[in-house]
Amino acid sequence: MTVGPLRHVVVLAGGISHERDVSLRSGRRVADSLLEHGIEVELRDPDASLIGYLRNNRPDAVWPALHGASGEDGALRGLLEFLGIPFVGSRSEAARLAWDKPTAKTLVARAGVSTPRSITLPRDAFRELGADAVFDAIHDELPLPLVVKPAQGGSAQGVTIVDDAAGLPRAMVDAYTYSDVAIIEQRIAGTEIAVGIIDTGEGPVALPAVEIEPLSGVYSFEARYNAGETRFYTPARIADDVAARAASAALQAHTALGLRHISRVDMIIDGAGTPWFLEANVLPGLTETSLVPLALEAAGHDLGWIYSKLAEAAVAGD
Amino acid sequence: MAEPQGTNLDPWYSHYAQRTAGLSASEVRALFAVASRPEVVSLAGGMPYVSALPQDLVLSAAERTVREHGAVALQYGSGQGTPELREHILEVMALEGIRASVDDVVVTTGSQHALELMSKLFLDPGDVVIAEGPSYVTALTVFRSYQAEVVHTAMDAEGLVPEALRETIARVRAAGGRIKLLYTIPSFQNPMGVTLSWQRRMEVLEIARQNDILVLEDNPYGLLYFDQPPPQAMRSVEEQGVVYLGTFSKTLAPGLRVGWAVAPHAVREKLVLANEAAVLSPSSFAQTLISEYLGTADWRAQIDVFRGVYRERRDAMLSALGEQLPSLSWAVPDGGFYVWLRLPEHLDAKAMLPRAVKELVAYTPGTAFYADGGGRNAIRLSFCYPTPDFIREGIRRLATVINGELTLLSEFSQTGPLPLPLPAERPEGVLPPSVG
Repeated sequence: MTVGPLRHVVVLAGGISHERDVSLRSGRRVADSLLEHGIEVELRDPDASLIGYLRNNRPDAVWPALHGASGEDGALRGLLEFLGIPFVGSRSEAARLAWDKPTAKTLVARAGVSTPRSITLPRDAFRELGADAVFDAIHDELPLPLVVKPAQGGSAQGVTIVDDAAGLPRAMVDAYTYSDVAIIEQRIAGTEIAVGIIDTGEGPVALPAVEIEPLSGVYSFEARYNAGETRFYTPARIADDVAARAASAALQAHTALGLRHISRVDMIIDGAGTPWFLEANVLPGLTETSLVPLALEAAGHDLGWIYSKLAEAAVAGD
Repeated sequence: MAEPQGTNLDPWYSHYAQRTAGLSASEVRALFAVASRPEVVSLAGGMPYVSALPQDLVLSAAERTVREHGAVALQYGSGQGTPELREHILEVMALEGIRASVDDVVVTTGSQHALELMSKLFLDPGDVVIAEGPSYVTALTVFRSYQAEVVHTAMDAEGLVPEALRETIARVRAAGGRIKLLYTIPSFQNPMGVTLSWQRRMEVLEIARQNDILVLEDNPYGLLYFDQPPPQAMRSVEEQGVVYLGTFSKTLAPGLRVGWAVAPHAVREKLVLANEAAVLSPSSFAQTLISEYLGTADWRAQIDVFRGVYRERRDAMLSALGEQLPSLSWAVPDGGFYVWLRLPEHLDAKAMLPRAVKELVAYTPGTAFYADGGGRNAIRLSFCYPTPDFIREGIRRLATVINGELTLLSEFSQTGPLPLPLPAERPEGVLPPSVG
C-alpha cells in the first residue's frame, strides 16, 4: 500500500563520523520501514557522487539518518536546502543550534527549562589561563560529581563522569579528543529519561518518556548498543504530573531550538520532580536498541507509517 | 498495580551461556566502521593484498573445479579434508622443514577454526593458556570464549623470552592454575612482527616438555619473509608436543577460508571428530579449488610476488616512521604484516583512536592484543593492504595525531604525567575480521 504521493525517498546513512556504524543501523531500519509501506527507497552512503546523484535524480525527499558531524551539524541539511530538495528533520539553522550543546543549553534555559550548571571551555582556555588555575576554579564552583562531554557529538563518545577531582584532567583530554570545546556540567542525581518529539505536520507531540536504567550504572556506548545491557521503561516510572512536566519541558526545548519533524530531548528528573535539560538530538538514534522507536511503539505507532508521514511532511514543507 | 518490568530489548539476555560474556560490540569496533571508507587510510586491518593474486589463475582453477570435479567439489566431504589437498599441504609445509604424513593433517575452515577446535578439545573453564604478550586478538577471543584465563608471557626483539616463560609457568602453577596450552606465533608474530630465534625455539620446546604443556604453534606468516627465511617451524623437530596450524589465507586468499592443523595421532583423531561435529566437513569446493591451483600454478613464484609486495610496503612504512616519528621505537619485521609501535609512556592509544579517525587514519590499539589491559601505549600498524603511497600518507596523518595528543596532554599535565584511565573492565569485545 502506498502512503501519500511519495515515490522515491533517499535514506542517507554511514558517512565518516565516529557514529558511522550507528548511522548505518539507523538508516537500514528507516529504509526497511519505508519499504514495508510501499515506498521506493534507496539507501546511500554519502560520498563524492551524492550531490550529482541528487541533482540528477531529484528524489521526492531525503531522509538523513546520518549521526554525528555533517548529518547533525547542519552542513548536509544546508546543502539540501540549497539544492531545493525536501528532507526530513530540522532545517540547517536549527540543527546547528542543537548540535552545539552549550548553545542549545543557553537557548533552552532562556525558554524557562532548567539545565544543570555548567561551564563551557575551549581547549585554548586551558592553554592561555593555565590548567591548574582553571581546574581550581572549576572545583570551587561546581561540586562533584561532574559530567565532562565534548560540546558536539553523540552516542556518549568522549563523555566521562568525574567522581574524583583527580580524574578531571583525563576527562578533559578524552572530551577534547572529539571536539575542541568541552562542557563540564554538574551531574544531577535522578532518573535519566529521553522524550521523543514527533511532528508529522500537525504540531509537535511528545511521546511517552523512556526511562533509561543501564546495568552498569552509566549509559555508555556499550550500554547503548549491546541489547540487554540497559533496561528501558516506557512510560518512565515517574508520577503523572512529573511526566507531564517532562513532556512540556521537552516540547519547550524542541520549540526553543526551532526543531522540526523529529527530535529527542535527553533529561534528568531530580528528586523533586524537576526535569533538567541535558541535550537535544536532531537525528535521534533509530536502531533496534534506540529510544525513539521504543517510544513510538509504546505509543502504539507503526514505525513505517510515522517515518513515511515525516517524509510526506518534508515534501509538504511543514 | 504490579511494578513495571521494563524491557532490556533482549528477552533471552539471561539465557546466554556464561562464555558469551566477551561477545559484545565496543566503541573501538564502531570506530573501525569508519576505516572502511576510502578517505580513511586504514593501518588497522590485517587483510592480505589479494589483488596481487592474478585473477585468471583463480578463475581457471575454479572453472576446472566445477567442470572436472563438480560432483566431488559440490558434495559433502571428509571431516579431515580431501586427501589431495592434504598431500599438497605436505609440500607447503616442507618449505618450513616439516615432515608429516598425509594422515596427520586436518583441514579446517581457516586456521581460526583450528584454534576453536583446539580450545573445544582442551579448555575447561578456569584453565590457563599462556600466550605471548601481546598476542593475536582473535585467538584471545576464542580462548576467553571457552572461559580460559589467558596469561601473557614477555617478549623481546627475538620473540618469546624463555626465562620469562619459565617464571610465568612457575607463577601460574604456584597459584594453582592448570596450564593447558602455550600459544605462540613464532614467525613474524602478530602483532609485534618479531621472530623467535632457532635457539629460543629449542629452549621453548624444552620448557614445554619439562612442564608437560602442549605447544600450539600458529604459523600464518612464515613463508612471507623479506630477506631471510625464519628458522624452521617448531613442529619440524617436535611431533608429539606441538600442534601446528597453517593457512592459505596469507599465501593464497582468506576468502577461501581454508587452513589446517597438524597434530599427534590421538589429538588429530579428536580434531576430526570435533570438526565433523562443528561443520560436518570443510568446504569441498574451496579445497578442490586450492588443489587445482597448487597442482597447476607456480604457487611458489606467487608467494615470491606476495613477498615483494609486502617488503615494499614494509619499507615504505619504516621509512615514513623514521621521517615522521623518529623519537618513537618499533621492531623491524623481517616478514609478515605488522609493525608494533611503542608510544610515549603516558599516551593511551585507545583514547587517541577517535582523534585518528577524525584525521582519517586508523590503527589497532595495543590493548586489543592483551587479555589483561596491557598495551595501553602501543599500537599495531598493518602494512599489508594499503599501497606504499597510502602508507606514507597514513603515517603522516598518524604523526599529526600523536603530536597533537602529546601537546594536548602536556597542557593538562603541568604538575606531572596524567594517570592513564583505569583498564577496561572487559576487553575490546570482538573486532571485525578485517581488523583481527
